[in-house]
Amino acid sequence: MPVLTEATVREWLEEVKDPEIPVLSLNDLGVITGIEVLGHSHVQVQMTPTFVGCPAMDYMKMEVEQALQKRGIQQAEVTISFETPWSSDLISERGRAALKQFGLAPPPKQALIEDLDFLEHVECPNCGSTETQMKSPFGPTLCRSIHYCSHCKETFEQFKPL
Amino acid sequence: MNTDALKELLYKIADDQLILGHRNSEWTGVGPLLEEDIAFSSMAQDKVGQSYQLYQMLHQMGEQEPDTVAFMRNANQFHNSQFVELPVGEYDFSLIRHFLFDHAELIRFSMLSQSSYEPLAQLARKIKGELKYHVMHANSIIKQLGNATEESISRLQKSLEGALPYALGLFEPSPFEEALKEGGIFEGETALQAKWEESIRKIVEQTALQLPDLKTLTPVYGGRSGVHTEHLQPLLDEMAEVFRVDPTAEW
Ligand SMILES: [Zn+2]
Repeated sequence: MPVLTEATVREWLEEVKDPEIPVLSLNDLGVITGIEVLGHSHVQVQMTPTFVGCPAMDYMKMEVEQALQKRGIQQAEVTISFETPWSSDLISERGRAALKQFGLAPPPKQALIEDLDFLEHVECPNCGSTETQMKSPFGPTLCRSIHYCSHCKETFEQFKPL
Repeated sequence: MNTDALKELLYKIADDQLILGHRNSEWTGVGPLLEEDIAFSSMAQDKVGQSYQLYQMLHQMGEQEPDTVAFMRNANQFHNSQFVELPVGEYDFSLIRHFLFDHAELIRFSMLSQSSYEPLAQLARKIKGELKYHVMHANSIIKQLGNATEESISRLQKSLEGALPYALGLFEPSPFEEALKEGGIFEGETALQAKWEESIRKIVEQTALQLPDLKTLTPVYGGRSGVHTEHLQPLLDEMAEVFRVDPTAEW
């Protein structure tokens, strides 16, 4: 039997998606912050929430446990930790593309954020215009803000930078 | 490390978040605008979630389970400031409270992100990022309504004057101020209050509102040591109603 590696476990977890954005895997979202293989049937996974109050966290944790159990891992331990806090910069390039495809503007990179006005002029995912205004920093879920595009006259949502 | 000092600090912060979170959630479905409704609900969700992580930290230090701590204590065992337990009132009061409270919270967590107690520093770095959105929201609405009509300005002004003595109660000194400072856990309420005054002043100056001379106000203290208004216990009863039916149920 081949030795179980961290990379294999990470690949297995690819099937676990963000329950709110089904095109985005937890790997690409950046919430899997550590994987440790402790034996052929013993794996520890460290996860961190996007937002501290994220109501989907328990569900995601359970999905990860199940994905591991399905592969025959008897001891699948998933812990929640803030050691590596989630930031929107942890979303992979593939994840950013998936968000856009889903109709959500991907978050700007933290390095580009100077002050609290960073939510103005977000690029519209429908038409690409930056003639947009933030309507509210709070959207239908904790990780989304609401914007309006003056060019295509559509309201859109952005995955918030954090 | 002074564990008693740390616990006292964590309890008061967590209790503030939990109670204001529940107050904010009272706007769900009845906000003046759909967007405000969503904003207050989201902030409620953030604050309750953040309080749980703080209770979780306390639990790791030997305190009871987060749910037990949140739902099974009586008013005199809560360490929140009286400010957060006041009823939501009219929207202008809720807005002013949101503005005054979240400026203080953001600064508090920015200070705590440098704490010598590493688990707290880690969580604070995270919470700080989330609270930026709360402050951003407060600032944008205060600037809008604080420069809008005569009515909106005078209503906000009245709420501001009524809220300030309670807001100053957020900085009620703890018996552990020195221990917290010496241990590098937290710089203390005095330092926080000074930064807060500067921070709210910057925004108020961009509106038609007048910030009263804070030195002339008497802060409403007591909350940190379990002295509360008659408004807290009914809120706790309501929060706990569902939980107390079956404390072992999984939610
Ligand atoms: Zn557009």
